[in-house]
Amino acid sequence: MTTADPSTAIAPSPGDGRRPGRDSLDATRRKEVRSAYLLLAPTIVVMAVVVGYPIVLSVINSFQLDAHIDPATGFAVTGGFAGLSNYTHWLLQQCNGASGTVPCAPGSLAASFWTSVFNTFFFAVVTVTLETIFGLWMALIMNRNFKGRGILRAAVLVPWAIPTAVTAKLWYFIFATDGIVNAVLHAQIIWGSDLWASRFAIVIADTWKTTPFMALLLLAGLQLIPEDTYEAARMDGATTVQTFFRITLPLLKPALVVAVLFRTLDALRMYDLPAILTGGGGGKGDATTTLSILVVNQLGGTNGQNSASALSTITFIIIFAVAFVFIRLLGANITGSEKKARKVAKEV
Amino acid sequence: MSSTVAGPATAAAERPAFDEYTLSRVRARRRKTAGAATRTAIQAALIVIWCLLPFYWMIVTSFRDVQYTYETNLLPSHLTLDNYYTAFDPANNQLALGLANSLFIGTTVTIIALVVGVFAAYALARMTFPAKGLVMGFVLGASMFPGVALLTPLFGLFTQIGWNGTYQALIIPYISGALPLTVYTLNSFFREMPWELEEAARIDGCTKAQAFRIVILPLAAPAVFTTAILAFIASWNEYLLASVLHSNQTQTVTTVIGQFTGSQPHQVPYTATMAAGVVVTIPLIIMVLLFQRRIVAGLTAGGVKG
Repeated sequence: MTTADPSTAIAPSPGDGRRPGRDSLDATRRKEVRSAYLLLAPTIVVMAVVVGYPIVLSVINSFQLDAHIDPATGFAVTGGFAGLSNYTHWLLQQCNGASGTVPCAPGSLAASFWTSVFNTFFFAVVTVTLETIFGLWMALIMNRNFKGRGILRAAVLVPWAIPTAVTAKLWYFIFATDGIVNAVLHAQIIWGSDLWASRFAIVIADTWKTTPFMALLLLAGLQLIPEDTYEAARMDGATTVQTFFRITLPLLKPALVVAVLFRTLDALRMYDLPAILTGGGGGKGDATTTLSILVVNQLGGTNGQNSASALSTITFIIIFAVAFVFIRLLGANITGSEKKARKVAKEV
Repeated sequence: MSSTVAGPATAAAERPAFDEYTLSRVRARRRKTAGAATRTAIQAALIVIWCLLPFYWMIVTSFRDVQYTYETNLLPSHLTLDNYYTAFDPANNQLALGLANSLFIGTTVTIIALVVGVFAAYALARMTFPAKGLVMGFVLGASMFPGVALLTPLFGLFTQIGWNGTYQALIIPYISGALPLTVYTLNSFFREMPWELEEAARIDGCTKAQAFRIVILPLAAPAVFTTAILAFIASWNEYLLASVLHSNQTQTVTTVIGQFTGSQPHQVPYTATMAAGVVVTIPLIIMVLLFQRRIVAGLTAGGVKG
């Protein structure tokens, strides 16, 4: 979309008959395009090797059979075309039995698939909602002028800077059966294994860890809103609530959409926190198992790599589908195209 | 704020023409601003407490005698350094090795990502070429990529070629995360830079090399530095890939923390884990506080400016 603009802008007007000038202009442009691709080449090559190749490999593997016992001969065989069986293994819980496919046994990894999908989306929706609300609140406070604002801005960076693995261990201790949360609540909640308690332990820990990031993104958005807009609103006698809903929120929308998109995609691939905090367990043993955890568990088992490939491909498709819907529905301007930014600004 | 309120108030005092009503309104408004300031301060304090309290609890616990693990006293008590000795004791965990590995892997990944990515970021920020939006889309898509989608094929591939548990088995997939981050962040920094200064320096008689050294380099260095910090932190904090692809020799700090074991069997080593957590976190906290402004700029660079 942006690509078409420069060429039309540079192309001379129809009345321009000076051929040599245009030729040299074209030559300069061609040279620029060539050097641009030259500069991009290393990145493209490296990305093709470290991302492109594994992904293609993964998709190919997902259509290959895992090592299994051939029902006809009784020998162990590897490979062979699997069709969609690795996908139906997860989506429809079809396992290989002695004679063809049978429903997977309860407690098997495949049986946890839809629970994992639910958990993944549950965590994403709940944490991103909480983070948006708290993050907006934090950003509004940080945007005010007051003594000690520096301390506030520094403090907010602390949860962000702590590695997620450490955060998980920290909240693991806080939520221990004899830990501080139960002591304060005078309760005996088993945060590690209760169905909803374990889920909310993850939600609380994740909200604590990632709200600052959201707040900083929103603060940057707030700082772009010109002060005179607020001045004008004050002159017109707008109340605080009116100012917030009529000025702050609409003008913040582009930053808000990008922040929510980033966080949602990040939350959908959640792994570290539940893997360490609850081990993916709780409830019947999979209350906090996310799709990422399910893939790793499948990899940890024997002879399940091609099924794991199918599962990671499913995860990948889900995340990209969400991103696509987001960008289409909310018009997130993530590539920073000026044209779109102007359009959004005009609409507001 | 107070000066604008004081203005009309003194004016009202000098000119008796203003009635009591105006005066009372001015006073009310002053009370209102004072109230607003207090409310802001209270909310700010709440946020600071919410952000720091768990971290504070980690530090307090890390210095607490293991016998008093579940002490609920918020103030430091039963002080000891034992937990730090336990955390570093190679008989339990390879914390020192993990720190060294994470430092090595993080530095290598950051350098590779910067060296490769700086050119792409420059091209994306400064040049016009067909398919620019497409390239940018790919960079962004790659940075939102789920790690597990790489993990599965790489695990199989590295097993086949005997790379599992080597350093390159971690460095290569880490680049897939660090490179898009680098290109994206640098690109948004480069877009903001006053490149016309280079032109000005040339007009003032600088050679191309001089203009680069005297004008562009000092401008670009902070951007590159900030991007390096962000890439390093991301790689230092990575857990998913490390937890599957590491060996005893290549374990990173996050895998050490994730599988932390204490000296006593059947006892969760909370206090020692907190000590290890403090050790792993303190360098990051120091770095973040030192370069606070830059890091915030880097984090938000791509998000809002467009």
